[in-house]
Amino acid sequence: MTSSRNNLLNWLFVLPSLALLGFFVVYPTLWTIRMSFDTGLGLRLKKFVGLENYIRLLTRDQFFLDLSKFPPTGALVNNVIWLLLFTSLTVSLGLIIAVLADRVRYEAVVKAVVFLPMAISFTAAGIIWLFVYSPDANTGLLNAAITAIDPAWKSVAWVGRVETVTYSVILAAVWMWVGFATVVLSAALKSIPQEITEAARVDGATEWSIFWRITLPMLSSPIAVLTTTMVINVLKVFDLIYIMTRGGPRGASRVIAYTMYTETFEAGKGGYGSAVAVIMLLLIVPVMIMNLRRFRAEEAER
Amino acid sequence: MSARLSRLVTSSFLHFTLIAIALVWLVPTVGLFVTSWRPRPDIFGSGWWMAFATLRFTAENYLEVLTSQGLSRNFFNSFAITIPGTALPVLIGALAAYGFAWLKFPGRDWVFLIVVGLLVIPIQMTFVPALQLANGLKLTRSLLAIWMAHTAYGLPFSIFLLRNFFAALPRDLIEAAKMDGASDLSVFWRIVLPLSVPAIASLTIFQYLWVWNDLLTALIFVQDPNLLPMTVSIAKLLSTYGTEWHLLSAASFILMFVPLIIFFSLQRYFVQGILAGSVK
Repeated sequence: MTSSRNNLLNWLFVLPSLALLGFFVVYPTLWTIRMSFDTGLGLRLKKFVGLENYIRLLTRDQFFLDLSKFPPTGALVNNVIWLLLFTSLTVSLGLIIAVLADRVRYEAVVKAVVFLPMAISFTAAGIIWLFVYSPDANTGLLNAAITAIDPAWKSVAWVGRVETVTYSVILAAVWMWVGFATVVLSAALKSIPQEITEAARVDGATEWSIFWRITLPMLSSPIAVLTTTMVINVLKVFDLIYIMTRGGPRGASRVIAYTMYTETFEAGKGGYGSAVAVIMLLLIVPVMIMNLRRFRAEEAER
Repeated sequence: MSARLSRLVTSSFLHFTLIAIALVWLVPTVGLFVTSWRPRPDIFGSGWWMAFATLRFTAENYLEVLTSQGLSRNFFNSFAITIPGTALPVLIGALAAYGFAWLKFPGRDWVFLIVVGLLVIPIQMTFVPALQLANGLKLTRSLLAIWMAHTAYGLPFSIFLLRNFFAALPRDLIEAAKMDGASDLSVFWRIVLPLSVPAIASLTIFQYLWVWNDLLTALIFVQDPNLLPMTVSIAKLLSTYGTEWHLLSAASFILMFVPLIIFFSLQRYFVQGILAGSVK
């Protein structure tokens, strides 16, 4: 057998994967970009409209971006709130738990308890938190707990009010993902050589300054990778919104991924939904480029 | 003396904080679990934390949700979706990973770079055209569409993880087998796969939980109401019976049953899979 024929046979190993990826991912991605310039009514190409979908999304859709109020509202703004709160809370709580648990003998138990929510679905987690947030002080733990401290407290419908809904859902998501951050940072923490911290201790450094001057700087690279992962998660968040709020009340908890789903599959506006998907893709492209760079750098070291 | 005292204060503060955190993380789940075993009138009469005072528990909620709400069928549907939805991307991905790691063919490195790029593509980008294609080929009448969707969406990660693992296997081993006249397929099957059991186990668990817990893909690609997985049917239950906690709590725990078993029995592999999956 000639070597070039052999090379072609080698293609057969990757062919099934490439066919599926082409059929279900690559070709559809290109088609979605095309459809974002069309009305796409009934989820088919109907009428070319140029940039109309994008212009309407960014200037005339109060559920997507409303700059006329202060602070601005809409799905895009909600995603920014998600980005800031979800990312900073998961990473910082994960760091705190990893560092604290490192000092006790029951470390494995604490980490398992915090990590447990990662195994369950957003569907189950959404119901768990809807129950905690229930406005009925007889069933909802949060309102009952506040009432126990302050008997004059009037129960709040945490996910039923425009002002509190996004923050309430974000906290449920943080509860799910802190375990992930803890496990990643804890693994990184164990790889810091003990001699370094021991030497600092012998030199009389306080635990506080050891944390700020040794532990934290040595964790900077895992923290960066973790933050990237959390940013991707934020852009993709959908299930929790669908379960807990359906984007409500009055669209107040919508996010980009939810808008894509509801505009496309509930309102039947294929072009409009596609434009939302393309905006999601554009927001993720920088992360994709970072990943590719990191990958090529790692390959070069091989 | 005072140094000792301050150490005592610090360490009790440490234990207090950690135990408080563990409680905050555990209590919401425990609350719903206790609720799922309480009679309906009790759930609305008093908080679940009072259940230990009344001590009235029942399996009625589970029976009702499995039989009259028909969740038992969805339970089997979830398996019918998840088993192929896990096996296919792992197997097909492993084949490709071997190709990318150990075989030479034109364009290999560029194609693999594209696969790495596909890791983070939002699946929303693919829904409308993929659904049209699947509808056109009549795949949405059965579970074929969702199997193919989960396979395609799982492949980039599966290929990426396994290719990195395979590439780190010792070169001598593979070349020696080839010298002895072993074909690529038998090197893959008899040498590479058996040596990669830990990586494949982690990937399988990760993908299994991913598919089992998935709501979005099933909402789009499963159109026959008789074939819906549990996540979708529970979402429907929630929009019909928003505050019927006796049903919702039992349904949630039936949904969580399999993931919790996996978590408690295979936590090590699960953690490894999650760690490796941090780029997804």
